[in-house]
Amino acid sequence: MSEFRERIEAAIPALRRYARALTRDAETADDIVQDTLVRALRSEHLFHGGDMRAWLYTILTNLNRNRLRTLARRPVVTPIKDTDATASGPDSGGRDIVRALEILTEEQRSALLLVVLESLTYREVSEVQGVPIGTVMSRLARARNEIKAYLDGERPALRRVK
Amino acid sequence: MNDRDHVSEEELNAYVDNELPVDRRSILEAWLATHPDDAARVAAWRKQADLLCQRYGHLEYETPPQRFDLDRLARRRYSGLAAIAATVTAFLIGAAAGWTVHGLEIQKPSNLAQFTSDALVAYRLYTVEVRHPVEVPGEERPHLVQWLSKRVGSPLNPPELDKQGLKLVGGRLLPGPTGPSAFFMYETPSGERFTLYCGHVNDGETALRYTTGGQNAAYYWVDRNLAYVLSGPMETGKLKEIAQAAYDQIDRRSPPRG
Repeated sequence: MSEFRERIEAAIPALRRYARALTRDAETADDIVQDTLVRALRSEHLFHGGDMRAWLYTILTNLNRNRLRTLARRPVVTPIKDTDATASGPDSGGRDIVRALEILTEEQRSALLLVVLESLTYREVSEVQGVPIGTVMSRLARARNEIKAYLDGERPALRRVK
Repeated sequence: MNDRDHVSEEELNAYVDNELPVDRRSILEAWLATHPDDAARVAAWRKQADLLCQRYGHLEYETPPQRFDLDRLARRRYSGLAAIAATVTAFLIGAAAGWTVHGLEIQKPSNLAQFTSDALVAYRLYTVEVRHPVEVPGEERPHLVQWLSKRVGSPLNPPELDKQGLKLVGGRLLPGPTGPSAFFMYETPSGERFTLYCGHVNDGETALRYTTGGQNAAYYWVDRNLAYVLSGPMETGKLKEIAQAAYDQIDRRSPPRG
């Protein structure tokens, strides 16, 4: 296996962790990780050294954004037997950290997870998200305050339509 | 305490994330010692981080599932070509199952939504064409079918909808989200047009589903890795009848599962 592939492989567990928290759905998360890997393998010529993990997080973050965009403009469909494993889980009903993630915007959630869960620096997150560091910092601050307010019971529990 | 010692929201965050310049660190710690509200917020933020790590941290130690095997995923680069080669062979020997399905099942995630929306766009684009609605006219059906089957990579057979009052106008090749798609156009004697768009998707088989876009609507389904979208004017009775007839014919023609 080439060094390039070895470095991608080493990042898979972290990518799964990030994707799982980002989407809160195991199946969707693994689909996105797989797409990220395929995209990365195809784009070897675009990777000019540097931090492999940050590069992969960038691909994954963009793919997820595209996914949400597609969902948003998706035509009205009548699902026949779509399963939804996350709607009711062991934590349904309570105010837990997973539910708290749901109240954040996609950018806030991504910024928070990249810093807290994936230990990226502010500079790296600004590259992943393609925004100035100041924007990353305000997203983080907003995210943390939103979550705190939610966990403290100051925000209504949302029932999100998936 | 002067202005220089005032601590901002961003700095509190940077402190939690170890992003604070060394010279501000002690100032911030002194601030927290005298500002219990901010100290409580910092503690709450750290607690959030702990909760997130507890909830998701285990994935770092989990062995990734087989589907992430990189050598296997890398072969997907060639899956388009492999599928066409395989299907040409399969077409000749008359058994299309094995390879094609094998090559496609690793293509995730779902692109059916994109596929149906592309089909409706194609419907709107081409049904208004008076002079060039299709590339190959319906009179050349054998040629049309052979050509599109080869390009899509699966044996196709546009349904016969004469009983529903529809004549095959012809077809054309179009790009789809995962590769070439075939587009067949039908017409009623009064000039009302319906189209069938079909190509490979990664989704599992589905029953008939309904979707709308603008003034038009479509019924779509997936059969043996081929997705079909039957689009027409949003006038439920007729469209549904046609879609059901097309669905039944295609379903009957599919080789038995095995």
